[in-house]
Amino acid sequence: MKMKKYTRTHEWVEIEGKAATVGITNHAQEELGDVVYVDLPEVGKEVKKGDVVASIESVKAAADVYAPLSGKITEVNERLESEPELINKDAEGEGWIFKMEISGESELADLLDEQAYRKLCEQK
Amino acid sequence: MKYPYIPHTEEDIREMLDFIGVSSIEDLFSGIPNSTRSSLNLPESQDEFTVFDQLKRISEKNVDLEEYSVFLGAGVYKRYVPSVVYDLAMKPEFLTAYTPYQAEVSQGTLQALFEYQTMICELTGMEVANASMYDGATALAEAVLMCFRLTKKEKVLVARSVHPEYREVLKTYLETRGFKMVEAEYDEAGRVVLEGIDDETAAVVVQYPNFFGVIEDLDYVRRRVQNTLIVVVVEPVSLAVLEPPGSFGADIVVGEGQSLGIPMWLGGYSLGIFATRERYVRQMPGRLIGETVDVEGNVSYTMILQTREQHIRRSKATSNICSNHAHAALIASVYLSVMGPEGLKEVAKRSYDAAHYLQEKLEEKGFRKKFSSDFFSEFVFKVPEDYPEKWKKMMKRKILGPLPLEKVYPELSGTALACATEVITEDDIERLLEAMG
Repeated sequence: MKMKKYTRTHEWVEIEGKAATVGITNHAQEELGDVVYVDLPEVGKEVKKGDVVASIESVKAAADVYAPLSGKITEVNERLESEPELINKDAEGEGWIFKMEISGESELADLLDEQAYRKLCEQK
Repeated sequence: MKYPYIPHTEEDIREMLDFIGVSSIEDLFSGIPNSTRSSLNLPESQDEFTVFDQLKRISEKNVDLEEYSVFLGAGVYKRYVPSVVYDLAMKPEFLTAYTPYQAEVSQGTLQALFEYQTMICELTGMEVANASMYDGATALAEAVLMCFRLTKKEKVLVARSVHPEYREVLKTYLETRGFKMVEAEYDEAGRVVLEGIDDETAAVVVQYPNFFGVIEDLDYVRRRVQNTLIVVVVEPVSLAVLEPPGSFGADIVVGEGQSLGIPMWLGGYSLGIFATRERYVRQMPGRLIGETVDVEGNVSYTMILQTREQHIRRSKATSNICSNHAHAALIASVYLSVMGPEGLKEVAKRSYDAAHYLQEKLEEKGFRKKFSSDFFSEFVFKVPEDYPEKWKKMMKRKILGPLPLEKVYPELSGTALACATEVITEDDIERLLEAMG
């Protein structure tokens, strides 16, 4: 049973059991503009919710990507090393950034559903 | 009008003060407590003629090194600079304080910096060079911090044969941040001995030629170092005749670029050289100029990878050095293009020959060389106990003699560091030998 959630810092996270895939939202890539570089995390790294795990550089800005939940990085999207523009093309699909194994479900409550996230974007 | 260079009349001033509701100019400074206001102790104003006369008299206290025989190097060198270098580099267009972030109005400056970067890469054998840093010492400190960022380790091994002031600056940078700095000794040959490189060591720092003028064996350094980064401090003129550090697997090359056409200027301002491998470019501090094409396909230049810098990344910037010594880099760019590879080789060869001739002459008079290794244009030799006093007396005879080393290397008391560059003549050497007694 997959579910998709969002953070206030504009990450999306798709969760299935203990496995989670993380990227930045379409709204975030629009704000950033053309992405030219993605600094990926190390596989095997333990992270806490809210830690900076990756950073994305566009032609005009640099933005950090935060861990939406605590856990361990299990995989990174290596295609982004040579094709950082995937984030602009398909932020919430092929432009995923990393996968992680989450350590618990207690933090899930802090995440936003699609409706709440949309509302957040409209307020900005 | 009260002040001839301020265009506002008394009425103008009154009107402005009334508008903002303040009764006098003095009131504008009411926020500054009297106790902290300083008068700078300046004398009363005088006419231009008198002021110039006074300043001239003060400036006459300086000596003109052109009249001196200079055997003192240790990081700053007296060299010959063809007059065309300053004719070009001192053009008023180049002397603005304007910073070239706006590519459409800075093509000249940007191209000069791009050419400078290219020539530094050629000299050092590296893949990418930044548009310069403040000086050799701060370039080294930034290089070590970059190694810590790249390796996530916190210890650096620095050869004791690296310039003592560079090591001091490095210590200042590292101490407050809690990083660890360990010294590597030198042997009878004057070369570094690398011991104790462990998994915690981020980088090894050597100087080539080192502070003693000795040409370090970079092949030995490469063989001793496995999973640790290599930082090499260079003197750029020597690289015209020495194998560049890039050929020995150096990861970062830094150095003082004063030799490249910049006057001695009392020790500054100068030019910090910084070059590295392309794979590390995102962790490199400083500005970087790139070549591209404009919308019409013309070659043009612009600052690149600015996301490393403070105006974009703010507190998370790669380094807080996001500026450069653009004018010093420009002088170096002009000097190198005037000299060309052959000309620079000539400068290096003449320096090498002059220094070796001087060493032979000193040896003939009984002043023995301290280290057995070959050197570039500086060498350490043994001197009598009274040499430091003699050294001071030589200055009165317009000789800036070899540097007594006891203050910077207590273990080397009774030795001095001599330097000869391409400007040293037979006559200079005769004068020194006579003064040495």
